[in-house]
Amino acid sequence: MSPLERYLIVAALLFGIGLAGALTRRNAILVLAGIELMLTAANLNFIAFWRYGGHPADSGTGIVFVLFSIAVAAAETAVGLALIVTIYRHRHSTKLDEFDELKG
Amino acid sequence: MDAAFLIAAGLTLAAAVAAMSLRNLIHCALCLVVTFFGVAALFLLLGAEFVSFAQVMVYVGAIAILIVFATLLTRSAGVTGEPLAFQPWLVGLGIAGLVVGAIVTSVAGSGLLPTESSRIVAAAPSTRELGEQLMSTYVLPLEVVGLLLTAALIGAAVLGLREPKPSTPPPKP
Repeated sequence: MSPLERYLIVAALLFGIGLAGALTRRNAILVLAGIELMLTAANLNFIAFWRYGGHPADSGTGIVFVLFSIAVAAAETAVGLALIVTIYRHRHSTKLDEFDELKG
Repeated sequence: MDAAFLIAAGLTLAAAVAAMSLRNLIHCALCLVVTFFGVAALFLLLGAEFVSFAQVMVYVGAIAILIVFATLLTRSAGVTGEPLAFQPWLVGLGIAGLVVGAIVTSVAGSGLLPTESSRIVAAAPSTRELGEQLMSTYVLPLEVVGLLLTAALIGAAVLGLREPKPSTPPPKP
């Protein structure tokens, strides 16, 4: 198994764990954590392809892409957690299956 | 297979499973920290030092701490007796397993990926070169990300503002 395939398979497993958590857990905070795991797996793929992809001309592209991806992930987490805290103030719960109506 | 890769990958995956399956949310957040450290170690093994340290700064230093804060603010820490997952949880697990199976079979079965012998090792740019690239080639995306972060900061602050209490009810006659 080539080094690239090893990293791709680890990233796929990490993505799957995050997806399983995001699909099954009831707590909204853990669903957000699962989404973070999936984003991290994507970053791992970016770096693995940058290292082993064989494009020596653009030496920094993969790294810069991951830096921007990390910034977007940070923004997403900040807004998502603010939303969860705001919903908690109204409904006194973070269980996703209790948020079943549009009226506040 | 070198030992460093096996240790980092095993630690990352085991901590990720624990983070998604434990009952106490604080333990989940701590396992998430271990996962992010493991991924940073994998980045180091791949030769991307700057990304590795950025990963530790942003994910461990900011995102995990934010998750701990949200856990405490919503009083969801501690052990609850309620079910952790939605009732047909096997469906979600099955979907995730299908996705992983599809990706792994296509990765292992495709002949398109560059192999060890044909790979051309890219020279890792130093932090100085990376900064110069960010300020020249990628200056427009950099500004857009700065705008996005500002918008997210303002949005999160506005969302987190406590709403003013409704004005005092009219006195009863």
